[in-house]
Amino acid sequence: MRKYSILLLALSLSAVAQSPVDEVMYSSGKIYVVVAVLVIIFTLLAAYLVRLDKKITALEKKNEA
Amino acid sequence: MTVSYIMRKYWWKILAILFVTYGIIGGFLMPAPDNIGILGKTIRNLNFHVPMWFTMIILLFISLIYSLMYLASGDLKKDSMSSSMVKVAMLFGLMGLATGSFWARFTWGTWWIEDAKLNGAAIAMLIYTAYYILRNSIEDEIKRAKFSSVYNLFAFPIYIVLIIVYPRMAETSLHPASGDTVGFSTLDLDNNLRKVFYLSGLGWILMGVWLSTLKYRLTELKRKNEEI
Repeated sequence: MRKYSILLLALSLSAVAQSPVDEVMYSSGKIYVVVAVLVIIFTLLAAYLVRLDKKITALEKKNEA
Repeated sequence: MTVSYIMRKYWWKILAILFVTYGIIGGFLMPAPDNIGILGKTIRNLNFHVPMWFTMIILLFISLIYSLMYLASGDLKKDSMSSSMVKVAMLFGLMGLATGSFWARFTWGTWWIEDAKLNGAAIAMLIYTAYYILRNSIEDEIKRAKFSSVYNLFAFPIYIVLIIVYPRMAETSLHPASGDTVGFSTLDLDNNLRKVFYLSGLGWILMGVWLSTLKYRLTELKRKNEEI
């Protein structure tokens, strides 16, 4: 859990600071924000799939034993 | 290097995630022919709508191979793989229909229109819906596997005819690469679409295969637990 809270802290800090990331995100009518949102959704979905895959692998191993 | 070994490997799943992510980013941000008639920027839907159908076709083809393998060996695992592929293929088909319909609304001005490509795709979906009705109506495991495998052998050629051959033979169509229309490949003069589309398509196909194998592994686990 600590691992995740540090990550969250880092994310929230970078959101406040004026950074080159902000420059990109505000340009081209903010289209990059949409791209980032889709990337976030897909990344989390993919991560969930990986977890599911691992759980099934574990079940399979338990079944074989 | 057996199938069940590769199925549990991660490298191709990572590739799937990377390619689809590339497709999402590239689909929005790459240069593309953004000014062709009614299409406008929706030409970028090519990277998302078309891979749904590619994935469906590939999954159904693999399903066909597994049906043949079942009929040759009598190994119920092959039938289980075959039906898992069809199930995920149907999901991709539904996503293809839904995205296509939405795209049509804002280019052709209607959610649905009587068109060889659209009606062909809709009937093709019904053919695999019948596959499920057939499967669920048979209690006996072996009988179910045999019936649905044989049905699958007939379903696939009809599916291909409905989704590709018949729309091409039609006199007119609104859908690209059907009837009297050209495909997007002729619009992509400087190959900008291809740079994203090929990898994006491959990524979605791999995602579909991944989902199907998960479905298969879950079904097999369930089957084994019921035996005990």
